[in-house]
Amino acid sequence: MNGAPAAHDAVERAARESYGKLLAFLARRCGSVGAAEDALSDAFAAALERWPVDGVPRAPEAWLLVTARHRLFDRMRRERRAEFVFERMRQAARDAAKALDEPAGLGDERLGLLFACAHPAIPAAVRAPLMLQVVLGIDAARIASAFLVAPATMSQRLVRAKAKLASAEIPLHVPPEADLSSRLDSVLEAIYAAFSQDDSNGNDSRTRGLAVEALWLGGLLADLCPNEPEAMGPLALMEYATARSPARRDAAGRYVPLDEQDVSRWDSTAIERAETLLERAAAMRRIGRFQLEAAIHSAHVARRFRFEPDWKAIVTLYDDLLARTGSPVVALNRAIALGRLHGARAGLDALATLAAESRLQTYQPYWAGLAHLSAVAGDLEPARIAYARAIGLTIDPSVRHFLESRLARLASE
Amino acid sequence: MKYILLLNDEEKRWATMPNDVMQREMGAYQAYTKALEEAGAYAGGNRLEGSTTAATVRVGPDGRTSVLDGPYADTKEQLGGFYVIEAPDMDTAIAWAARCPCASSGAVEVRPIAPMPVAV
Repeated sequence: MNGAPAAHDAVERAARESYGKLLAFLARRCGSVGAAEDALSDAFAAALERWPVDGVPRAPEAWLLVTARHRLFDRMRRERRAEFVFERMRQAARDAAKALDEPAGLGDERLGLLFACAHPAIPAAVRAPLMLQVVLGIDAARIASAFLVAPATMSQRLVRAKAKLASAEIPLHVPPEADLSSRLDSVLEAIYAAFSQDDSNGNDSRTRGLAVEALWLGGLLADLCPNEPEAMGPLALMEYATARSPARRDAAGRYVPLDEQDVSRWDSTAIERAETLLERAAAMRRIGRFQLEAAIHSAHVARRFRFEPDWKAIVTLYDDLLARTGSPVVALNRAIALGRLHGARAGLDALATLAAESRLQTYQPYWAGLAHLSAVAGDLEPARIAYARAIGLTIDPSVRHFLESRLARLASE
Repeated sequence: MKYILLLNDEEKRWATMPNDVMQREMGAYQAYTKALEEAGAYAGGNRLEGSTTAATVRVGPDGRTSVLDGPYADTKEQLGGFYVIEAPDMDTAIAWAARCPCASSGAVEVRPIAPMPVAV
């Protein structure tokens, strides 16, 4: 039976392409994300069972929708729901039947779903996990591992958040024009958080399992908001970061810092995609935080064509970004760029203003940056202390080994 | 809140480790301990002697005692040390556990320490 692998591929593709669409459609009509999820997961289980035997249906999305709808009905019947719920369900069934007859098909209500996941009533830390679960159907255990949270805790948080979705508190639709741009920011932040998770631990987002899914969400958002330049920002950022990932380890698996990466190992097609996105966004002439961050990446990859990145441009971009965000992390990156432009001492002076930031005390990149600048400036003892702090805060063993070798090099000086 | 981090690692790996790797590993643990201290999160910890030095003791309902050589659980990785840390919540405790060098060579179990019942 050579159809089986093809059928499995079809189910997997449907899960990625259609899961969020089907969920948005069902949840909006039955008023419960949880019930829609259960029905959909039954439908996908049925697909895994039936498609290898019966063949992949001509319209996989329709097949999944019809199956999920049956499951929803069964459940409602079992639970003896009140008459109004049945009425809503009948309406959903009519909508579904109509949607399947129309050439446009189901339509795409995923944008509303993304906005609901990043609603102010959802705690900020749960927004990215919620998107990954309701738009892509990723299970809580995988999300928990990527976000460094106990799986039982992550499940609880997701269940609590989903109880709010589709209720009166959080409707599953795109907010009105007046709230759009402020609400869009939280959507963008959550998508980027799904990619970078918590980057405070000297870890490598590429290796953390959900980077591909986050990139896909970024692409979806950029497609759904073609007239919002900022919506292209996170996608461009993620493309730049992914493009560089083949160069982040050498042949022996050792970590290679950005400065020393072999540019011929960067993925130039991904970089081209990022540059095109950034240009398209820039042409709309409404700059924002994510476009600025993507522009900084662009200035870094300019090293492909010239000996050094354009440090002057990078510092100017960080100035603008810092004025907009006031973030100590941005201030840290700006100080490191200043150190490249005007020398390590200038970088250290800028870092000195951040020494009291409590958030940076356990922030690995702060200590790694301080260690590097101190070493270049010839402040050997502070460099040793900062390298040790960075080593003690690092999660990724290859980054830890890299810092250890830098510390060892200092000791021999 | 106090949490205990139980460090489980392969003793065999440590026993056969070349000297320079051993130096580096010890340095990583020292750096980790220092990072905990500087963050005000360190509340104690120790290395344990090898599991072959362990003895496991039980007393039956009839008072009969049994003492066996070796650790309580016979697994591929052995309990080799622990940290007690102060953290505001389980998420923070898990983040500290991930930074522990043992998390990338073996496994770290994180458990909240139950408060002592107040004596009456």
